[in-house]
Amino acid sequence: MAGFSIIDGLAVALPQDNIDTDQLIPARFMSVPRKDGYGPYLLHDLRFDAEGAPRPDMALNRHPEVSILVTRRNFGSGSSREAAVYALVDFGIKAVIAPSFGDIFASNAVNNGLLPARLPEERIEALIARLGDDAAVMTVDLSDGVIRVGNEVIPFDLDPVWRLKLLNGWDDIDMTASHGAAIAAFRAQRAQQAPYAMLPREN
Amino acid sequence: MNAPLRTLFDKVWEAHQVLRREDGACLLWVDRHLVHEGSHHAFAKLAERGLPVAEPALTIGVVDHYAPTRNRDRIAAPDIARMIRTLEENTARHGIRCFGMRDPRQGIVHVMGPEQGLTLPGLLINCGDSHTSTHGAFGALAFGIGATEVAHVLATQTIWQKRPKTMRITVTGQLGPSVTAKDLALFWIAELGADGARGHAIEYAGPVVRALSMEGRMTLCNLSIEGGARCGMVAPDDVTFAYIKGRPFAPAGADWDRAVADWRALVSDEGAVFDREVTIDGAAIAPTVTWGTSPEEALPITASLPDPDKLEGARADQARAAMDYMGLTPGQRIEGTPVDQVFIGSCTNGRIEDLRLAAAVLAGRKAKVPGLVSPGSAIVKKQAEQEGLDRIFTQAGLDWVEAGCSMCVGMNGDLVAPGKRCASSTNRNFKGRQGRGARTHLMSPAMVAAAAVTGTLTDVRPLLDGRV
Ligand code: SF4
Repeated sequence: MAGFSIIDGLAVALPQDNIDTDQLIPARFMSVPRKDGYGPYLLHDLRFDAEGAPRPDMALNRHPEVSILVTRRNFGSGSSREAAVYALVDFGIKAVIAPSFGDIFASNAVNNGLLPARLPEERIEALIARLGDDAAVMTVDLSDGVIRVGNEVIPFDLDPVWRLKLLNGWDDIDMTASHGAAIAAFRAQRAQQAPYAMLPREN
Repeated sequence: MNAPLRTLFDKVWEAHQVLRREDGACLLWVDRHLVHEGSHHAFAKLAERGLPVAEPALTIGVVDHYAPTRNRDRIAAPDIARMIRTLEENTARHGIRCFGMRDPRQGIVHVMGPEQGLTLPGLLINCGDSHTSTHGAFGALAFGIGATEVAHVLATQTIWQKRPKTMRITVTGQLGPSVTAKDLALFWIAELGADGARGHAIEYAGPVVRALSMEGRMTLCNLSIEGGARCGMVAPDDVTFAYIKGRPFAPAGADWDRAVADWRALVSDEGAVFDREVTIDGAAIAPTVTWGTSPEEALPITASLPDPDKLEGARADQARAAMDYMGLTPGQRIEGTPVDQVFIGSCTNGRIEDLRLAAAVLAGRKAKVPGLVSPGSAIVKKQAEQEGLDRIFTQAGLDWVEAGCSMCVGMNGDLVAPGKRCASSTNRNFKGRQGRGARTHLMSPAMVAAAAVTGTLTDVRPLLDGRV
């Protein structure tokens, strides 16, 4: 995964609380292999009516070229399904801006190069009012930690560990490989101190 | 110098810390890694890199999310059959124990783990499922992770984490009759919000928590995630040890005595400081039901729905959208709302005690609406049948089926039809969770049974009076 420092793109508002991962991707699409792409399933039941026709009033249908979402609190709460992040990323979303995120979702997002940027509730409400039903050009600058829209420069919150990870495109498995010796030593100590923590192999 | 005072969470976290990076990220050792059909993305990532599973013996697989609850011998839907086969093949390839479709130990991962004695105090437990918080009922540090993290645990038996803040929820007094751990959980989530505990590890404490059975503690810890918490924990005690003793994977003999001696130290030190403290009066909690599309939208069964016009900004929008989806009218009394069907099961409330309580309500009575009872595991099913609970359910007119996640998530095809209203013992009332357009009301299994008896959302207390 490549790192990045700037996202330039179109932003739209999804003015709802608690957009959970069941809504981001309904369970019935989750047996699809990743290589087939998850974009078509993003917020499927909000985007399409029961007959499968796109809802014209839905922001993502009006602006399919969007790359930044502005939304309300507790985005990505619920199920740990990383497919919710796959759906966003495959659709072309690069950043989600909200007052708060589900913890597991936010960490899944960072693992897939999707930026979960936090702003205070008042700032979010102001952005939602500014965007209305339209899309607007926005820049999210990861190096400086700010969002630029019109003449405004708004600082956002992001955990410093995640910031570095997104900037550098770090991969955890690669990073952990360099700690192999420490892990092996820890394992030996754990087996001694808490033998009940270990299990025999089945066969 | 005195040792620093530590919480239960601090003790278990520190016992697993392999290293801490300068930026604060910690690498933690994972004692138990549970995988299910949904782990296919993670196994695919491993295959892409050609990596082996680091600790096959500490990885345990089980079929639950897609497990059919009927006609298991001929699975009609090809993608469901494929999901199950993929797990069984992936675990076999890597030498991982797997409780597959025909295994007598099959069940929902968070029911099976404790039942088998795989879940023990002081362990760090991960699973690619948010309700992994359930295992914290034993004083384990247990939390859900995403697919990239599952691949990382498979490859290294470790996980990178930032240390969460700590929060203690102390429940004083005692719960009223027919009020359960489920009502307690829905109560605190309604008080603090669905993101009220975000970024925190919760420890549940106080006399009400001490008085809960292991089943009740599991229900409480299970729902921690619905309040946004990273995990929930209860300090282990004699109730915990009595539950674990003699289970297949629990330590035995001299190992048992040594383990219990270690586990007794897993308590928060007197005077240890939590980042946040919340106190709840257990006596103030009534049987609770959700009315909206987030677990925070919960009310005592005796209450009336809010009026969105009296709320402000985003809250008003949320309440309006929820009522619209749920087909409810502002200000209406929640009790008496007609339901179309009921569901009893899931990792929240699919254990033997849950089934006993629901059966106590249903004994000698008929359900006015159809419903499904899916035990949390094959072992729970067998136990319930030995106790004759299955006959109480079927004589009431409900369907008694095999174990799995079933109608909690609908992946196996057990769905609520669009627009239908379901009284459910599960954990998520999200839009579309039980099927597109489905209307879910969360409540305790006793309350679900009461809804079955009257065909409406009902206060279970009079129905259980004199029966338990
Ligand atoms: S029963 Fe429901 S919440 Fe529990 S593991 Fe299964 S799908 Fe998840």
